[in-house]
Amino acid sequence: MSAVEVPLYRLAHARAGDKGNRLNLAVVCREERFFPVLADVLTAERVGEIFAGRRPSLVVRYDLPKLHAFNFVLDDVLEGGVNASLGLDGHGKSLSFLLLAATVRVPAALVERETAPLRPAAGRHRGTP
Amino acid sequence: MQQTVFIGAGAGFAGDRTDAAGPVAEALARSDGPRFLIFETLAERTLALAQVERRRDPARGYNPLLEAFVGPVLRTCLKNKIRIVSNFGAANPRGAAMRIREMAQALGFPGILVAVVEGDDLTGALSPQEFAARETGGSLLADGPAIVAANVYLGAAPIAEGLSRGADVVVTGRVADPSLALGPLIHAFGWAADDWDRLAAGTLVGHLLECGAQVTGGYFADPGVKEVLGMDAIGYPIAEVEEDGSFVITKPDGTGGLVDRRTVTEQVLYEIHDPAAYLTPDVVLDLTEVELREVGRDRVGLRGARGKPAPETLKATVCFDGGLLGEAEISYAGPNATARARLAIETVRARVARRAPGLALRADAVGVVSILGDSAGSALEAGWRDAPDVRVRFAAAGHDAQEIDLLMGEVEALYCAGPAGGAGVRRRITPRLASASCLIERNRVTPAVSFVGGRA
Repeated sequence: MSAVEVPLYRLAHARAGDKGNRLNLAVVCREERFFPVLADVLTAERVGEIFAGRRPSLVVRYDLPKLHAFNFVLDDVLEGGVNASLGLDGHGKSLSFLLLAATVRVPAALVERETAPLRPAAGRHRGTP
Repeated sequence: MQQTVFIGAGAGFAGDRTDAAGPVAEALARSDGPRFLIFETLAERTLALAQVERRRDPARGYNPLLEAFVGPVLRTCLKNKIRIVSNFGAANPRGAAMRIREMAQALGFPGILVAVVEGDDLTGALSPQEFAARETGGSLLADGPAIVAANVYLGAAPIAEGLSRGADVVVTGRVADPSLALGPLIHAFGWAADDWDRLAAGTLVGHLLECGAQVTGGYFADPGVKEVLGMDAIGYPIAEVEEDGSFVITKPDGTGGLVDRRTVTEQVLYEIHDPAAYLTPDVVLDLTEVELREVGRDRVGLRGARGKPAPETLKATVCFDGGLLGEAEISYAGPNATARARLAIETVRARVARRAPGLALRADAVGVVSILGDSAGSALEAGWRDAPDVRVRFAAAGHDAQEIDLLMGEVEALYCAGPAGGAGVRRRITPRLASASCLIERNRVTPAVSFVGGRA
């Protein structure tokens, strides 16, 4: 079975949250069928590599199959957090996109169908009040 | 059969949009059943800053946007018996309550009853050594820093008590954010103090509401990928909760934004660590069996929250002086802008190394590598590429004001003595607060409910 390298961005969306010097990254599969594949390739070790530049002391992955989602918790990656970091993004709010930009190796068949914008939102909005 | 309880969120942080609550209050006014409007406006640092303000002026110390948040909706709420619950009391819940009573009186509601929840302020209640002995996840308090504020997270019980005793408005200081919604649910449904699954469900309601628009398309939109329409008038969330703890998240008709499986899933996990154990003063929430379902346009139904007994200790945040953060910026544009930006960084680094050798300096190049960089500078070192418009940002922190001033001056001096075309210097020094977390025994904490106003 052939495999391809794709940006995680094509398979999932993500949200970052912080508590002190700890970051959590909620990764939500765009389609339910991506969940078992990402469970194989998006390991805590892989996420640790993606964030190697920030030297996490611990990376833990929690699985939420009913939500087709993973929660990654990375310790000590926020340079002290919002009260101590010298950076512009002490909360780490932008780091969900650092993760999504990384690539994962998945079976080619998984992404043969283009996983473009999920359900275009046209018509969902009933005018600006 | 029990009625559905409606809880709307009018704000998700201290600096949130002040016109967001209007459509939520209007939607609640059209609903039939017990209705509540919550405002979550108290981040960790916000409360310490409020303590400082209260010491300067004892009448203040509540959220400075109080009038802006409440003013536009107070008449609608009082007229329709929509009860307001908020932590915008910050360091002075009583002061906030008195201000709200004045506002209500001016609107022709002289009998307004405002409940005040206090007991969260532990500043002085424990000695610095006692706090240090209770610190968790670090040892920042061991050195005995000067404590600016120490507040414990209270739970939902005092909020429910205030409502049960007839309050039109409940004002708190520090409470766990989800308790702002759980309190009204305990009051409305009479949930028992050990009905862990229902308390967990109510905590999940609060968790999803407490960040306002983050569940209705805010912090989510990504053009072409995750489309959200009407971002300029995004609707803030409303939860419709049943007695069994199942609920629907939705938003007011005619507003912008989006409520779907994706927006809600992202927020279910927001700021969560172990999804099987989200700790609040009220319950330990287990999210692992939560299921959600799209049940209509901008309507997502949730069920499956499970609860375990509440933690034996309560979390407190202790804030202390964190020194100064100095930031200064300068821009370079056009041909060879990147090389000039690099030269500016090298120049300032060399001069700071000579004149303030102990000062750790960070440099970012906005337009090349900035927010995804690191303070050591390795991401920028590896990421330099040509860019036509580069803003160089320098930052340093410390307790020595002279050193920080020196950096500010070095960046400003680039105007005349730095690379060609340096422009637009801005410099700013911000006092910082550091914080530590402590676990406090429940018998050291006494929540208190009192009242301002009323007809008596």
